[in-house]
Amino acid sequence: MTPVAPGARAEAPPRPVAWPRLGGAALGRGLVTAYLSLIVLIPIAALVAQSIDGGLDGFWTAVTSPLAVSALKLTLISSAIVVAVNVVMGTAIAWVLVRDNFPGKAIVNSVIDLPFALPTIVAGITLLALYGTNSPVGIDIAFTRVGIVVALLFVTLPFVVRAVQPVLLELDQEMEEAAASLGAGPLTTFRRIIFPNLAPAILAGAALAFARAIGEFGSVLLISGNLPKTQVASLFIYAQIQSGNDTGAAAVSVTLLLIALVVLLVIGRLTHWTLRHDR
Amino acid sequence: MTAKRRPGRYGLRFVALGYLAMLLLIPIGMISYRAFEHGFAAARSSVTTPDALHAFYMTIVIAVIAVVANTIFGVGCALLLVRSNFRGKALLNAIIDVPFAISPVVVGLSLLLLYGRTGWFGDVFLNNGIQILFAMPGMVLATIFVSLPFVVREVVPVLHEIGDEQEQAAETLGANWWQTFRRITLPAIRWGVAYGVVLTTARALGEFGAVAVVSGRISGQTETATLWVAREFGQFNTTGAYTASLVLALIAVATLLAMNLFKRKEAS
Repeated sequence: MTPVAPGARAEAPPRPVAWPRLGGAALGRGLVTAYLSLIVLIPIAALVAQSIDGGLDGFWTAVTSPLAVSALKLTLISSAIVVAVNVVMGTAIAWVLVRDNFPGKAIVNSVIDLPFALPTIVAGITLLALYGTNSPVGIDIAFTRVGIVVALLFVTLPFVVRAVQPVLLELDQEMEEAAASLGAGPLTTFRRIIFPNLAPAILAGAALAFARAIGEFGSVLLISGNLPKTQVASLFIYAQIQSGNDTGAAAVSVTLLLIALVVLLVIGRLTHWTLRHDR
Repeated sequence: MTAKRRPGRYGLRFVALGYLAMLLLIPIGMISYRAFEHGFAAARSSVTTPDALHAFYMTIVIAVIAVVANTIFGVGCALLLVRSNFRGKALLNAIIDVPFAISPVVVGLSLLLLYGRTGWFGDVFLNNGIQILFAMPGMVLATIFVSLPFVVREVVPVLHEIGDEQEQAAETLGANWWQTFRRITLPAIRWGVAYGVVLTTARALGEFGAVAVVSGRISGQTETATLWVAREFGQFNTTGAYTASLVLALIAVATLLAMNLFKRKEAS
């Protein structure tokens, strides 16, 4: 309308391209931090605060109470057994899925992920349907520590398999052939050639399985039958919440979280180191 | 040589498949049998009671909210992690994985302590008449917590792989950030996002421990499908528990099929 307008527009400096992007990144950073704080960090801070509500002495007393100790011990021992079985069976399953051929292999391959997709409470009920009190095959592991281990095996099955599988796919078979042609038996080839190549992946899978196993709740709840001898840490925490002992629950929770984080961190460093060491 | 190896190979195949059958397949087959043990009608009526239907309704509503929230966050966070540099990036990267390392019961306890009567946020919400615990908001928060990392973890590698040349080209040609995102970035990462959404959905539908703690487990009100299954099983209403388990297992199988489909699309 006015003659000034077009001239003013022409005089305006070209808009810096980077401006909206930089502003957007800062805004995005703020939003992401806020979301993570609200959902994850502040609740965990509240948990840690509650665990040391009675000072460090209170924390220590709660964690070293006989029930807490036996729950943590059972958790760590059964998780260690589960990880050991997973390392062997997971590697074997990955091997069969990569190197073997049989009809229905694709189906077996996708079934491996079922424990990730299946609700944990359903996993527990599923195991009890076959290996429970009314077991049609005569195996009753309900309310036993064996039952706890089987439930943990069920929910952690995919970790080692899925960690080892891609590495095994990439593994150069020429090394094995060379070893075999030099007179190495299958066991020697596995021990000297294949295992060292798979070790970082096995470790990584084992760490994830361990972290999952020590916190597992849904699948072990029904199998444990609420007995003291099958009370793993997560069940102990749940029982303490029900009886209003917030500090005891929080102290064991923080211990569990610390164990998981340390294991993941150490194994993460270790696999990182082996990978770098190889090159 | 090959002839000699064969017995060993068959042995390993037998052991691996036998293990899978004993641990996974036969037990899951067993719940289908147990669900329909007393006939189809009994199974059907056992999971169509008002409480059961309400529980499935709760599960779906909570899952939808958690998936939408974590998808928006996940894509944004992945973009931030891959496309920009800032101090504390490694820390942010590590915090994303915390939900994988934490027991669901501990998640529930954390929220209980934070929003409870004596918690830091307890007064604020209670004085304004907003019920967080033993109600939908708390259950949603718990579900968002446990399913948080999936979309981020699926989208980050895809973003790394596609690079940012096309995005820069679009920007040079005058596209603003939203146009660049919608026309260039989103189409390139869509199968990664879809894969993450499927994993988030499966986790949200199946969540038990965290929701068990924060919901108060009030039947017909704050009970999700998994909590309903646990209660039915505890009260020896096994037909209902097995049938609902079967429904949830079928959803899990559908999830697997979707995962396979999306993985293949992503690869091609």
